Amino acid sequence: MIPTIPTSRAFRLTYGAYVALFFLYLALPLTVVAVFAFNDSQFPSLPWDGFTWAWFFGTERPQIGVFHERGILRAVGTSAFVAGCVAVLSVAVGTTNAFLFNRYEFRGKGLLYVLMLLPLVIPGIVLGISILIFSSTLANGIWDLAQMDIQALRPGLLLVILGQFSFITTIATLVISARLQKFDRTLEEAALNLGADRLTAVRTITLPFLAPAMVGAVVVAFLMSFENFNTTLMLVGSDAPLTIAMFDRLKEGSTPLLNAVSLLLMLGSSLLALLVILFQRRP
Amino acid sequence: MRSQSRIAFYLLLTPLVLWLGLLIVIPHIDMLLISLRERISFGVYDRSLLQYEKALTEPLYLRTFARTAVMSILATAITLIIAFPVAYYIAKMAKGRLQQVLFLLCLIPFYVSELVRTFGWMILLRETGIVSNLLQWTGLADQPVELLYTDATMMVGLVYTSMLFMVVPLVTTLESLDDSVIEAGYDLGGNGFSVLREIIIPHAMPGIVSGCIVVFMLSLGNYLTPTMLGGKDSLWFTEMIYNQFIVRSNWELGAAFGFMLLVLSSVIVWGMLALTGRTLKETMG
Amino acid sequence: MTPDLECVGLVKRFGDTTAVDNVSFSVPPGSFFSILGPSGCGKTTIMRMIAGFLDPTSGDIRIKGGSVLDTPPNKRPVNMVFQHLALFPMMTIAENIGYGLRRRGMGKAEIARKVDEALDRIGLPGIGARKVDELSGGQKQRVAIARCMVLEPDVLLLDEPLGALDLKLREHMKVELKALQAAFDTTFVYITHDQSEALVMSDQIAVMNAGRFEQVGTGQDLYYRPDTPFVAGFIGESNRWKGRIEAVDGGQVQLRTESGLAMRATGAGLAQGARAEIFVRPESIRLASSEDALSGFDNRLQGTVTSLLFNGAASRVLVEDDVGETLEVTLPQSGEFSALKRGDAVHIGWGAGQATCFGAG
Repeated sequence: MIPTIPTSRAFRLTYGAYVALFFLYLALPLTVVAVFAFNDSQFPSLPWDGFTWAWFFGTERPQIGVFHERGILRAVGTSAFVAGCVAVLSVAVGTTNAFLFNRYEFRGKGLLYVLMLLPLVIPGIVLGISILIFSSTLANGIWDLAQMDIQALRPGLLLVILGQFSFITTIATLVISARLQKFDRTLEEAALNLGADRLTAVRTITLPFLAPAMVGAVVVAFLMSFENFNTTLMLVGSDAPLTIAMFDRLKEGSTPLLNAVSLLLMLGSSLLALLVILFQRRP
Repeated sequence: MRSQSRIAFYLLLTPLVLWLGLLIVIPHIDMLLISLRERISFGVYDRSLLQYEKALTEPLYLRTFARTAVMSILATAITLIIAFPVAYYIAKMAKGRLQQVLFLLCLIPFYVSELVRTFGWMILLRETGIVSNLLQWTGLADQPVELLYTDATMMVGLVYTSMLFMVVPLVTTLESLDDSVIEAGYDLGGNGFSVLREIIIPHAMPGIVSGCIVVFMLSLGNYLTPTMLGGKDSLWFTEMIYNQFIVRSNWELGAAFGFMLLVLSSVIVWGMLALTGRTLKETMG
Repeated sequence: MTPDLECVGLVKRFGDTTAVDNVSFSVPPGSFFSILGPSGCGKTTIMRMIAGFLDPTSGDIRIKGGSVLDTPPNKRPVNMVFQHLALFPMMTIAENIGYGLRRRGMGKAEIARKVDEALDRIGLPGIGARKVDELSGGQKQRVAIARCMVLEPDVLLLDEPLGALDLKLREHMKVELKALQAAFDTTFVYITHDQSEALVMSDQIAVMNAGRFEQVGTGQDLYYRPDTPFVAGFIGESNRWKGRIEAVDGGQVQLRTESGLAMRATGAGLAQGARAEIFVRPESIRLASSEDALSGFDNRLQGTVTSLLFNGAASRVLVEDDVGETLEVTLPQSGEFSALKRGDAVHIGWGAGQATCFGAG
């Protein structure tokens, strides 16, 4: 079953057809979402009423385009803000974690490593409610003690950021650790030997070596945060990120406006993903 | 130098401990504590197992719990069966450029929000959707067909959503299998089936296990797909958690549900690891 | 003259194992000093202690007379060429060579000038803008040395830097390293497990085994006058036997090997009846077609060729004598024995001076 081993023509054709069918299955939902963004109708479904750009650039009811729809634009801004914060925080902590696990032997290291992996196997909704419960316990405690109402501990952007950060950090840690493991420690020793102190050696040698992984982790973290739904759903306050805003609209009934937003999302994330791939190809 | 290194160690340890402590460990302990109490009157609570008693005696809760578990396992199995031949094709049959392109094609849909993917299925499958129109046009149906809100539809969506997380680990492990090992299998008299059973699948086991764990977790914890594609009378456990927390504000029962979901996922993940003799560290790290 | 580098009673223990056991040596200025030993003998540990990456358990390390034990590695006046060179892959050649100078806070223009000078010195002018992976193995080697030499260290440490090169290039780099050392006129401390590298390049060689120095001397000392059985066995190749001393006659002894071969050999401090180990190099055994040609030798044997081991200049024949002992003998390349084949009867002989013998436990 590898090219060097002869197989019957019928088998090869069936196999090829199966793989083609699989990719059709992958592409189908995304394609229809993209195509109906251009349907000149109130509903993203057949019949096809002609081609229009109105769902992107329209300014008049009922066809207000993405670029003129305040609610959607604000939600995009919120999502970008959250994703930016999450990306920076999780990559920063992911980097320190990678150094800790790579460079130090200490008691309880194995336990901490397993704990570090846990967020990957906790359902996002459970992660969300546990943080919701704890933050409200904290807020209530502070109220009882000092009669202060800490708004930041109530559902809102801070909790959304912390909730997403809590599991995206694991992924950032794994990505950066994988690269750090490939680092040749003698490069750092060589830097020390040539007169650098420890911090300078890490700054001038190790961090540049890690840079591709860190950039990759920033982009992955950004995308994961941008499209996160489950954890965000439990922690969101009045400022809804894009996925939540779209979900609310979808429940009320969809218009091709949502298709247009989705198409832009697809383009945006593919572009980012492509950038990462190009960046990491560079030797 | 010694003391410098100790300072560095504690500086690196602090963010890890803060993150795991404040966002993972303590919140889950707090959730457990909340689930173990009963509201007597305003602001007065008592330790009790009442929430779990409710969860385990009310047939709706219990049925939903079991349904979620069984459907998630089913979704994992279907994903594995669909993904394996494709992953094998990418890893071993396709060469050079085609291989890279196919692999990237697998990834791209998943850089898009789950919401968008679910939305795509809705456009395809609803009463006024593409498939319904297609069926009428070909004469296979004489009136609009509602394909949404059934278990089968939900399964299509669940499998679609987790596909990447099965394909990628499978491709990675299958790629590491040397072609000459497969050739040796044939050379020593094996046929396609025995080579698959005795050489390829055992080699791919690490990828199969980690893929299954992730897909199972994602299905179990999924909220969007069951809500948008699933039937009104076929609840998903995550929907019940959401309802208790946000709609009914019954945090005690919601926390108990959350904890039950956590235990269920831990037991099944642990079972999968135990069955294959692997550790979490090997599988996820 | 103060030695450039001096180690006094150096000891390093890792838990229960003693990696370096009371080693003392001193390296005079401008010399090429090698530490030669099998892998795991502790030579890398010594190197890392000198560079400052390991603290000795006890003992002292002095550079130009002053102890450097309290000096961190980045402040020590020694630089090191790492085993796999450790060139920084994310930097250009010029950035690599300038790295240490930048750490000293030197001005940009001066760094550029020094880097160019160093590149000239190693015979690779104008490659400063290239990336590390665009260079050949030998070029990388020279860049790694230049990267250290711009800092003008008192001592340059080299940790088996030729190990990764292929055979031809290694032969070439031996000569080149020696020339670079002369050109820079700096003390080189070189560690290797390859005796030919040490013999060709060094002024002084320390043979190390199991954490201790067995012998320190010139290449000739080690080859012709080994102090210990380990050195005799490790440097060059030898036919070796165990035997018993039958008579002592000044510096010479008469002995018999366990298989019954009688022999005259050289060895000090041996008493009659003592057990001994005997070493005879294949290249000190003379091969002849008749016994007459061997009259000048103390030990003479007749035997049959059992095998021809052709290896160019290093070709050998295996000769089995009457008592069944097999000896390895170098095959002269003068053409005299070009027709030699398996089964031929030959005569062999060697002098008592070429048979070295040591007392054995």
